[in-house]
Amino acid sequence: MNQFLFGTLPYIALTVLLVGTIARYERDPFTWKSSSSQLLRRKQLILGSVLFHVGVLVVFFGHLFGLLIPIGVYEFFGIPPEAKQLLAALAGGLFGTIAIIGALILAHRRLVDPRVRARSSFADTGILLLLIVQLALGLISVPYSLSALSEGGVIKFMAWANGIFTFDGNAASYLQNVELIFKIHIVLGLTIFILFPFTRLVHMISAPIRYIWRPGFQIVRTRKNSANRAK
Amino acid sequence: MKVRAQIGMVLNLDKCIGCHTCSVTCKNVWTGRDGVEYAWFNNVETKPGIGYPKDWENQKQWNGGWSRTKSGKLQPKQGAKWRILANIFGNPNLPEIDDYYEPFDMDYDHLKSAPEMEAFPTAQPRSRISGERMDKIVWGPNWEEILGGEFEKRSKDYNFEDIQKDIYGEYENTFMMYLPRLCEHCLNPTCVASCPSGAIYKREEDGIVLIDQEKCRGWRMCVSGCPYKKIYYNWESGKSEKCTFCYPRIESGLPTVCSETCVGRIRYLGVMLYDADKIQQAASVEDEQELYDAQLGAFLDPNDPEVQAAARESGVPDEWIESAKKSPVWKMAMDWKIAFPLHPEYRTLPMVWYVPPLSPIQNAAEAGKIGIDNEMPDVKSLRIPVKYLANMLTAGDEAPIVTALERMLAMRGYMRSKTVDGVIDLEIAKRVGLTALEIEDMFNIMSIANYEDRFVVPTSHREQAEDAYDIRSGCGFTDGNQCSTGSSGGKLFGSRKFVVPTGGAR
Repeated sequence: MNQFLFGTLPYIALTVLLVGTIARYERDPFTWKSSSSQLLRRKQLILGSVLFHVGVLVVFFGHLFGLLIPIGVYEFFGIPPEAKQLLAALAGGLFGTIAIIGALILAHRRLVDPRVRARSSFADTGILLLLIVQLALGLISVPYSLSALSEGGVIKFMAWANGIFTFDGNAASYLQNVELIFKIHIVLGLTIFILFPFTRLVHMISAPIRYIWRPGFQIVRTRKNSANRAK
Repeated sequence: MKVRAQIGMVLNLDKCIGCHTCSVTCKNVWTGRDGVEYAWFNNVETKPGIGYPKDWENQKQWNGGWSRTKSGKLQPKQGAKWRILANIFGNPNLPEIDDYYEPFDMDYDHLKSAPEMEAFPTAQPRSRISGERMDKIVWGPNWEEILGGEFEKRSKDYNFEDIQKDIYGEYENTFMMYLPRLCEHCLNPTCVASCPSGAIYKREEDGIVLIDQEKCRGWRMCVSGCPYKKIYYNWESGKSEKCTFCYPRIESGLPTVCSETCVGRIRYLGVMLYDADKIQQAASVEDEQELYDAQLGAFLDPNDPEVQAAARESGVPDEWIESAKKSPVWKMAMDWKIAFPLHPEYRTLPMVWYVPPLSPIQNAAEAGKIGIDNEMPDVKSLRIPVKYLANMLTAGDEAPIVTALERMLAMRGYMRSKTVDGVIDLEIAKRVGLTALEIEDMFNIMSIANYEDRFVVPTSHREQAEDAYDIRSGCGFTDGNQCSTGSSGGKLFGSRKFVVPTGGAR
């Protein structure tokens, strides 16, 4: 079971995530959108959405860099694992709290407001609730993390994540002895990966950062260019 | 000089009877779908009034259009790029659907399915969004029709700026006019500038501004960027939509649906050549009242051989240059100076222009004078205050409006004397700075308004744009995703299945 959940499931999840996302972008670009419901109800959205997004972005990049940067890099800079674990737990706790407050406001709006409720798809509501559960699990795990700073738990997770990406067949075994709460958190995270291409979450990939350095303001489409391209 | 061509539109408000045929035909063609049932790509407002969406002209509230920074640069009024991105999680300048109106339907089924009861069953309104019954319809797309509602509320109209408006609330002094509105297809559009995805673009060949439905991600910054509030967020598809200037018709040399169906024949379509290199400069003029002149300065005279040569150089087809010479838009905007851009102070350099309406002369005695000796009445005594029109069309500069109104009165005087008295009164024409020939041309175009004089639309050269062999047996015009209808539900990635009736596209 351990081998399946932490050795095999990650590959299934990453494959579905990758292939599904590419397929959707390629085959169904019209459905690729943020699905904003701000037009229907402004109330609660701005506060909830800003809190949620800011919190979740920090948490997301925290996980991304925290898990994927090879352990060697930390050793090179002489950062002890306890320090990293402390930082991860505190930053994760703070921004996780911000995110969950935002998400709860959004969930209240989505479930209670008649307009937004009527216009929410199963996927819209479902993914929001899953994210809340995931944020809650993450927050519950913070005390565990803080109480076991010296046990080097963080090393296990990094070794596992690094192992997955380096096709280490023993990756699952690194998580054999971690607390159950972490295991649930990871499995739910992988589940969200699988659901990713089928929900509105895909909009995060097209975060319009390029806008900042897009030359000028105006966009004119020339026919001659498209004619040349066709040839 | 970089010459570009654009199909511009002029609406002669002097002849608009407010019948809404343009709005209805437009809606039937373009926005009869879920998610945009609240959207009117073309709507007709009764002025004075706050309009649709509520108070759209008040950019202190909505922050649409451009603002000029101290260094003379332009940036969207809603903020520089970083600011627009910072607002992406919650756009503080976005109207709510109630600012337009909550779309509704009537519960007609209840009329036949109601059980037997004492009171006669009624068809109550039901929200098209939540599906719930609505107690009361509180606002609609044309709530202020023919001065509906209290003056107090309507007088919030932004065009009343610098006007002692109280007297216009009195019955004797009241005035009204119609203002049909659509996307302005601006030379310097803020919607394009505000779109973080880069999904909105202006077409080089005809100036039509369109939204790429596959590239739109629903960040909704265009809605707040457009000062005319003519971009609508489709709450069903999650994408923005706007007036397409009926581009499939324009490409075939046909007028837009709103123009074609206008019963008052108030709409004109024609090619305008302009210098793309001058746009930035024209839009950044410091004094708002000079923006109108600056925009005139960006237009190029199609009869000038140098312009023609430059146009050919820039790839404007000959047919288009020929059409530009006959363009009614050029005549009204440039030759006669009777058409004006709507709110030039937004710095978008709009391309849908308006001829201000004449109105009854306040003083009956003065009115009598016109018939007697063709004495020109003072346009300041027209029922619609000149300042009101100036606030709408020239950023408050009254002089160009006065000239335009005088020329229109002169045209009436000249033609009256010609057809009733049989006298050609050259004096009238001269007084307003026109020749008799020009006045007669004006009469032909504006009063007779024959179809071929109103719509001078050259066909596009689609064959230069793409290899038509590739698009054989395609799905023609579709709304978004290849051959799908664009609405969602029941498909892998959440869009409704659509069966192509005649088989595959490429």
